[in-house]
Amino acid sequence: MVRVVVTYDRIRVEEKALQKAGENLGADVRLIDVKDSFIDITKGEVNPEVLKGDVIIQRCVGHFRSLYLTAIIDSVGIPVINSFYTTLICGDKLLTTLTLRRAGVPTPKTLVAFTRDGALKALEEVGYPAILKPVVGSWGRLVSLIKDVETAKVVLEHRELLHPLYQIFYVQEFIKKPDRDIRCFVVGEEAIAAIYRYAAPGEWRSNTALGGRAVKMEISDEVREVSIKAAKAVGAHVVGVDCLESERGLLVHELNSVTEFRNAAPATGVDIAKKIMEYAINLAKK
Amino acid sequence: MKVRCPDCEGEIKVPDDAIAGEIVSCPDCGQEFEVYFEGEELKLKQAETVKEDWGE
Repeated sequence: MVRVVVTYDRIRVEEKALQKAGENLGADVRLIDVKDSFIDITKGEVNPEVLKGDVIIQRCVGHFRSLYLTAIIDSVGIPVINSFYTTLICGDKLLTTLTLRRAGVPTPKTLVAFTRDGALKALEEVGYPAILKPVVGSWGRLVSLIKDVETAKVVLEHRELLHPLYQIFYVQEFIKKPDRDIRCFVVGEEAIAAIYRYAAPGEWRSNTALGGRAVKMEISDEVREVSIKAAKAVGAHVVGVDCLESERGLLVHELNSVTEFRNAAPATGVDIAKKIMEYAINLAKK
Repeated sequence: MKVRCPDCEGEIKVPDDAIAGEIVSCPDCGQEFEVYFEGEELKLKQAETVKEDWGE
């Protein structure tokens, strides 16, 4: 019986679905709350005992918890979905964009600056309106649509009061697109489901966490190809690939290594939890 | 099952198959709580608030 450990810091619809799917497939599924104990990282094997599994599905909602936990798990050689490297790259938009470009995956034009003045020049170069995003963070948090230089100065001033990470200014062209984006779910080398995410009224960001609406998308060849290529570029086992339909074709702007699928599963009729569990069980047997 | 909200004593409907770590929120005050068990007894404690690195 394959033992699948699911590490979490918060049980969501997804974690419960994964547990049920795993049990239905005959696996011994253990949900482990990482908030409950500590980990000895000098023992050369995962300790506490509870973290030991044939494969681990890493589901912490906190990025930095995920990053360090996957580093620990990688270091003792237990296969983990996803690895430290995948979590590191997907968790940082700048590293994601670099990795995608190297793999020949099209991305929105992106400029990086390290100071307020540099950022103002970058914004000038890319032209208003432009997008300014923190390199770490999601659910659309602090993702700013900057319409003019006055607004830019205000936003940049605020950023300078925050942690130095927020002075890594990641400036992106504003893609004129339909008021939606696409999330394609890749498991292994298969694009298993895709949705359109329509921005909620009065909101330009289409995150479902911000009330965006999920609608099934028939996976086009272009979305399939670009999503699998993006997943491979970051070595992901399971990943949500976010694409924009721009005038110059599909652009990938973000990857999510602990992807939510509570809206996508019912919208597409695909049992995403089951697909992930099947993949995890196979990974354990390798 | 019904549980008293630790903050405002409102009535929170907790699913019968609730498991430890699950999040429920109070319909009256909106606070989020995490389910935990002491022996057989289901209890609620303050859930972690959303942090800036949270999300998928």
